[in-house]
Amino acid sequence: MTATATAATTATATTATAPAAPAGELTLAAALNAALRRSLEDDPKVLVMGEDVGTLGGVFRITDGLQKDFGETRVFDTPLAESGIVGTAIGLAMRGYRPVVEIQFDGFVFPAFDQIVTQLAKMRFRSHGTVTLPVVIRIPYGGGIGAVEHHSESPEAYFAHTGGLKVLSPATPADAYGMLRQAIAGPDPVIFFEPKRRYWDKGPVDLDAPPASPYQARVVRPGTDLTLAAYGPMVAVCLAAAQAAAEEGRSLEVIDLRSLSPLDTGTVAESVVRTGRLVVAHEAPSFFGPGAELASAVQESCFYSLQAPVLRVGGFHAPYPPARVEHEYLPGLDRVLDAVDRALAH
Amino acid sequence: MPATTARQRTAPRPNGRRHPAPAAAAAADEDATAAPPLTAVTAGREPLQLLTPDGKPVPHPHLTPERDPAALRRMYRDMVLTRAFDAEATALQRQGELGLWTPLAGQEAAQIGSAHALRPDDFVFPSYREHGVAWCRGVDPVSLVSIFRGVTHGGWDPAAHNFHLYTLVVGAHPLHATGYAMGVARDGADSAVIAYFGDGASSQGDVAEAFTFAAVNQAPVVFFCQNNQWAISVPAERQSRVPLYQRAQGYGFPGVRVDGNDVLAVQAVTRAALERARSGRGPVLIEAFTYRMGAHTTSDDPTRYRMQAELAEWQAKDPVQRLRRHLERLDAADAAFFTATEEDGRELARSVRTAVRTMPDPEPSVMFEHIHAAGHRQVDAERAWFAAYQDGFAPEEDEDR
Ligand SMILES: Cc1ncc(C[n+]2csc(CCOP(=O)(O)OP(=O)(O)O)c2C)c(N)n1
Ligand SMILES: [Mg+2]
Repeated sequence: MTATATAATTATATTATAPAAPAGELTLAAALNAALRRSLEDDPKVLVMGEDVGTLGGVFRITDGLQKDFGETRVFDTPLAESGIVGTAIGLAMRGYRPVVEIQFDGFVFPAFDQIVTQLAKMRFRSHGTVTLPVVIRIPYGGGIGAVEHHSESPEAYFAHTGGLKVLSPATPADAYGMLRQAIAGPDPVIFFEPKRRYWDKGPVDLDAPPASPYQARVVRPGTDLTLAAYGPMVAVCLAAAQAAAEEGRSLEVIDLRSLSPLDTGTVAESVVRTGRLVVAHEAPSFFGPGAELASAVQESCFYSLQAPVLRVGGFHAPYPPARVEHEYLPGLDRVLDAVDRALAH
Repeated sequence: MPATTARQRTAPRPNGRRHPAPAAAAAADEDATAAPPLTAVTAGREPLQLLTPDGKPVPHPHLTPERDPAALRRMYRDMVLTRAFDAEATALQRQGELGLWTPLAGQEAAQIGSAHALRPDDFVFPSYREHGVAWCRGVDPVSLVSIFRGVTHGGWDPAAHNFHLYTLVVGAHPLHATGYAMGVARDGADSAVIAYFGDGASSQGDVAEAFTFAAVNQAPVVFFCQNNQWAISVPAERQSRVPLYQRAQGYGFPGVRVDGNDVLAVQAVTRAALERARSGRGPVLIEAFTYRMGAHTTSDDPTRYRMQAELAEWQAKDPVQRLRRHLERLDAADAAFFTATEEDGRELARSVRTAVRTMPDPEPSVMFEHIHAAGHRQVDAERAWFAAYQDGFAPEEDEDR
């Protein structure tokens, strides 16, 4: 299926011709568009490819105006075949190009899973470093937009579990811009998860700021009583939880992980040593999820600082449910605060 | 070998079939005794037609169109009713009652024509726009819209209608249809299987693999590709350099391009293809050349990528109007029939509207149901945790209200 109810209301990204004002406010979607635009300008080897990315500008309009400005050789619609898209991106990369692939929705990456896991991830290793594949796979992911099946999933753990891939997910427009540019400029394959329910959130973006490494976690709200770690769409939920907790006199530190692979456990550990408590939140199922990895790393390095067990808040070990009950499935503010309460009760 | 099993059935057919062999199929079968079947109807790029856009019959040497006035009226009624609830569903989405809808407008002949060629024991694998086929298989339109309201991912029991659930992952299900057909052949049954998919889906590796498996197994499956010219914003020419029906040749089975807005041609060709499949002579690819008159989904804005003139051109070939003109020409239906049919359409739309507006949301606990046949430690634990978590809330929430 496709373009969801919300996609229809997608704010048009930066206008095709006028460059966005520096330090202006952009939606996350517009920031991604600006990152693609800048990358296409900076490096003639950058290509944008996928289903409906040309004339339509993508079902979420992330590639809006790019084909018009950079031509059909650099920004092009592919046949409807994800394995084909990623497989040919690999070949293009071997030939010196930097393909940025769009997968239309999270649930449609799986036809390409074989190419990603058996080829894209393993080529550098197999070739003893002689073959470099700078391929970026952009995937709008996560729920909360009232969509039909396969349009709300959080499959990041599959990719983080695969050696040879880097896995990123920005939470803000500024990071969407900076992290995507870095991903495209880097030498390794990156699976770039875009929090689709945050596409229309606005934030300041400095288009000319020197890009910070995308592979480091960041403390986005300092606190002293407990550390809340999240990424992508859940960062805003955790910030809201920290705000609500502050009103009850509790000081929560919020960390935006930004990257799942590599995972910046150091920044989290440094925080937990101070707060003594950790709650990890993500939309992906908790079972075998990223939170389990972080919890394990933290208990190993912070065992004597921990005053409570590390708790996880995530999706259930179940297929993503129909939209009418998705808000019970998704870990929202209440579920995060429930975990915070339980951790603080120790 | 399933292929052998299937071939053995070529000779006498079991008695007690639910439907007599249709005339069109008989024609193709006779043809088959001397030459490979369907070759005579796989003429070329010009879509096979039995009815001109203004409803005039086009003679064909091998295919006989449906002539029974009552059968023609039934097809017309199904097309009108399908169009009516499709339009209603689009309206319901606009009113916020549905999250999304995938309009079938323009594809009524392709769907009703092919569905009317099916026997009850045949099995259908739809994609996500086959509302007309669903209707003919007795699936309640309210079940269809419940998917798009976000109430369920399924909505009906496939075995109750021999109509599988909608598959939203483009191109995944033709393989299921092929496997199902391989099972039919192993059982020695003479049912056929039909898989519906689009021009865009034809690019998927899974669809190519379905063709391969169906061919080498001579599976009794008909691949019904509705080439509605667009895969969201991507025109069919970007999926294939050759007309899609020609793909079949490379796999070793026949392909036919039929005018997908001509319900009689679609029905006759599908009957012939199904009969061929039933008799153990393997798959057929039908390319129904048609047009998606509406948006891809209610979220889509086709003005961004296609010309208004194109739509106008296809409106002149409207499938419902075409059959109506034919009925009028044959004097097979009177004004009262047309009026009553329109009213039936409005009534169906009304009942769908009422049902949708009063449709309750599912209980959140459905999240944990039907994941495994029996228990699963983690799922059970999460279900219990969730129930306790919700119970913890209830009193407080009530106070707030
Ligand atoms: C594997 C997969 N990739 C992408 C999508 C998103 N998508 C839904 S429908 C569609 C176009 C399908 O076109 P076509 O096969 O021609 O069928 P039509 O919608 O025209 O009936 C796309 C790209 C999807 N549902 N599944
Ligand atoms: Mg199509």
